[in-house]
Amino acid sequence: MTRHTARTLLATGGLAVVTALALTGCGQGFTETPPSESGAATDLTSSDEGLTIMIGSSGDAETNAVKDAVAAWSADSGVDAEVVAATDLAQQLSQGFAAGSPPDLFYLGTDQLAGYAENGSLQPYGDMLANKDDFYDSLVSNFTLDGTFYCAPKDFSTLQLIINQGLWEDAGLTDADVPTTWEELASVAEKLTDDDTVGLVFSGEYARVGVFMAQAGGRLVSEDGTTAEADSDANVEALSYVQEHLKDGTFAYAADVGAGWGGEAFGKELGAMTIEGNWITGALGDFPDVQAKVVELPAGPAGQGTLQFSNCWGMAADSPNQQAALELVEYLTSAEQQLAFSEAFGPMPSVESAAEQWKGDNEDLVAFLDGSQYAQGVPTNKGAGEVVTDFNAQLQSLESGDPKAILDSVQSNLEAIVG
Amino acid sequence: MTAPAAPAEAARPASSRRPRSGGVRRGEAGAGWLFVSPVILILGTFLFAPVIMALWVSFSDWTGRGSPFSSNVSFVGVDNYVELTTGGGLRTRDFGTALRNNTWYVLLVVPLQTALSLFLAVLVSRRILKARGFFRTAFYFPSVTSSVAITVLWLFLFSFAGPVNAIIAWFGGKGPNWFDEPRGIVHLALSGIGVTSGPDWLTQNDFLGLSWWEWLAGPSVAMSALILMAVFTTSGTFMLLFVAGLQNIGYELTEAGLMDGANGWQRFWHITLPQLRPIVFTVITLGLIGCWQVFDQIYTGTKGGPSKTTLTPAYLSYQAAFQNQDWGIGAAIAFILFLIIIVFTIFQRWVLRDRPVSRRRIRAYQTSTYAKGGAS
Repeated sequence: MTRHTARTLLATGGLAVVTALALTGCGQGFTETPPSESGAATDLTSSDEGLTIMIGSSGDAETNAVKDAVAAWSADSGVDAEVVAATDLAQQLSQGFAAGSPPDLFYLGTDQLAGYAENGSLQPYGDMLANKDDFYDSLVSNFTLDGTFYCAPKDFSTLQLIINQGLWEDAGLTDADVPTTWEELASVAEKLTDDDTVGLVFSGEYARVGVFMAQAGGRLVSEDGTTAEADSDANVEALSYVQEHLKDGTFAYAADVGAGWGGEAFGKELGAMTIEGNWITGALGDFPDVQAKVVELPAGPAGQGTLQFSNCWGMAADSPNQQAALELVEYLTSAEQQLAFSEAFGPMPSVESAAEQWKGDNEDLVAFLDGSQYAQGVPTNKGAGEVVTDFNAQLQSLESGDPKAILDSVQSNLEAIVG
Repeated sequence: MTAPAAPAEAARPASSRRPRSGGVRRGEAGAGWLFVSPVILILGTFLFAPVIMALWVSFSDWTGRGSPFSSNVSFVGVDNYVELTTGGGLRTRDFGTALRNNTWYVLLVVPLQTALSLFLAVLVSRRILKARGFFRTAFYFPSVTSSVAITVLWLFLFSFAGPVNAIIAWFGGKGPNWFDEPRGIVHLALSGIGVTSGPDWLTQNDFLGLSWWEWLAGPSVAMSALILMAVFTTSGTFMLLFVAGLQNIGYELTEAGLMDGANGWQRFWHITLPQLRPIVFTVITLGLIGCWQVFDQIYTGTKGGPSKTTLTPAYLSYQAAFQNQDWGIGAAIAFILFLIIIVFTIFQRWVLRDRPVSRRRIRAYQTSTYAKGGAS
C-alpha cells in the first residue's frame, strides 16, 4: 500500500511539475505583449508595421474586390497590407484577441460590437474619421455605444417587399395595387394565394417579422439603447397581425413551405411575395424565369418602417499601426470605393454622397436605399444576440402561440441586459 | 493514464524506503523518467495545461482579451456556475433546454446504438454468412466518413421535399418538416390522443428554468433525425469492438450449452452476452461520452434550431464563448458537462459491476481458461 502511494505521489508530482512548467511557459508567452488599456486611449498608435485585414467574405467576388482595393491603397500609401478571408470570423477573431495579436481591421457585426467593446478589444475611431458626417445617421447610431461612435459602417442593407411580377399579373393585379397599408397587403396576399403558392412568405425570425413591429411603431430596445420596450402595444399589434394571416394561410414562414429562407421560397414560386434585402438579387440568378420587382413595404399603423443591417470596420485596440488603419478605413468607405464594391458584389454604400449615383446604377433596387429614411437598427446591447435568438425560437411557433406572452418573455430577457 | 504508471514502476527501487545501492538496477529511475518525459511533456502541454486553464477561466471573469492569467482578470468564485444553474434568467433556461435535448439524445442513442451494433456484430460473425468481409466493410463505412459529409447528406435526405418524405408519401403518408419541426415526439404522441397541455403539477413546477412538462416533451422531430443519424454512423465502430469481443470467446461454452439443450436465444443471452460484459461496458462508456459531447452535427447542421430543440451543452458552450464573449460561462458549461459524463460513467460501471459469484460458478471458473475476468 505504501509503495503504491509513493508511486502515485511520484507520478503526480512529476506531472504537476511539468504542468506548472508548461503553464509558466504559456504565461510568459502571453504576458510579453500586455494588452494596452483602451477606452481611455484617445491617440492612435503609429508605426511601420504592416496591416492585416480580416474579412468574413460572401464569396470570391467580395474577397477579390476587397483585396484589389486594399492593394491599390497599399501601393499608394506605402504601408503593407494583407487581406485574410476568414473561414469562421468570430472564432478567428477570438483567437487573435486572446493571443494579443488580432487583425488590425476586421468586419464586425452589430451583434458582436458590444461584446468586443466591453472587453476593451476595440479602438473607437468613429469621431476621428474625415468623412464622419457623410454616413447615414441611423447607421452611425447602430455603431455608437454609450455615446462613443466605435467604427465606420462599411455598407448596409434594408428589408423591402419583393413581388413576383408573373404571379402578380396572373392574379389580375396591376401596379396600382402595390400595397401601401397592412389591409392592402393582406388583400393582395389573399389574391395571390392558391394551392401551390402562398401570398407572402418570409423567414420566421425577428430579422423579418421585425418590420411589422417597426411599422406599428414598436421596437425591442429604445433608440438610445437604454430601455427595453419589447412588450409595447405596438409590438403586440404587429405580431397579432402576422399571426392572423399565418392562420388564414395568406402568409407563411419559409420553413413551413419547405424553403430555407424567403429568397428560396420566392425563387421556387412557393411564395408570390417575400420580405428580403438587396442580397436577394444574387440568389435570384438561380431562377431566371422569376421576374422580381422591389417595392417599399406597406405602412403600418405608425407609418413606414423597416429594419436595416450593417457591418462595420472594427479596429483592434492592440493594433500597432492604428493611424494607417484609420486612413485605410477612410479610403474603403469613400463614396467612390463603396460604389466599386457595390458593382463588384452588391452591397449598398453607407455614405449619403454615393446615394444618387447608386440609385442611377440600380434603378430596380431604389426601394432598398429609400428605406434608409425610416429604417431602424437591431438591438446592439451586449447579450442582445442571445435574446433575439430566443425570440426567434418563440416566433417559430407564433401561429399557435400568444403574442403577448412571447413579447413578455422577450421583455424580461431584455431587461436583464439593457440599461 | 498508463503513462504516469510506467515511470512509477521504474522509480520504485529509488524510493527512500529501499536501500539506494541497487547494484545493477541503479540509475534505472533516471532512464525511466527520460523515456517517458516526451509523453509527459506532450500530455502536459496539450492536455493538462489547457484543462487547468479552462478550469481557471470558468471561475474567472476573463473576457477573451489577452492572457487569462493577466492581472486584470479576477477570480469570481462560482458566479458563472450559479448563473447557469440557479440564475433563473435566459442563460439558465438555455442551459436547461440544452440539457433536456441532450438527455433525450443520450437516452435514445446509447441503447439503440449498443443494441444495433451488437446485433450487427453477431450477424457478421456467423460462420455461415457468405461475404462477411463485405458486410463488415459496408456496416463500418459510415463510421469512417466525415460527420460533416453525413450531416449534409442527412439535411438533404430529411428536407421537406427530400427522399425520406417522398418515400413516406409513396406509402400514402405525409412526412413532417423534419429539420423545422420543433415539437417533441412525446408531446406529438400525446396530442395524437388529445392531450395538448400538461397537468398543473408538471407545468407549474420547473427545473433550470424549464417546466417539467417541457422536460418531458421528448426529442423534437429535428433531434430525432439527428438521433437516427448518430445511430447510423456509430453502430459500425461499435460493431467492430463487438466483433473483436466475439472472436475472443471460445466456442466451448456455447457447445456445452448446445449439449445442455439451450436454444439459440438462451445461448446468446446466458452464454455469449455475459462474456461480452467488458466490451458492453466499453461501448456504453464511449457511447455516453460521445453522445454528451455531440457538437459537429449541430454546428454544421441545425445550429441549435428549430426553436432551440437541437441545442446541446457542447454547442451552447461554443456559442457562449465564441459568439457572445462569455468565456467564463462557456468554460463552466464544459465543466458541468464533464461532471455529468463522470457521473453517468460511474453509474453504469456500478450497474455493470461484477456481482458476487456463487461457489458453483467459482469452481467452473477455476477449471476454465477464462479465469482472468473473475480474478481482477
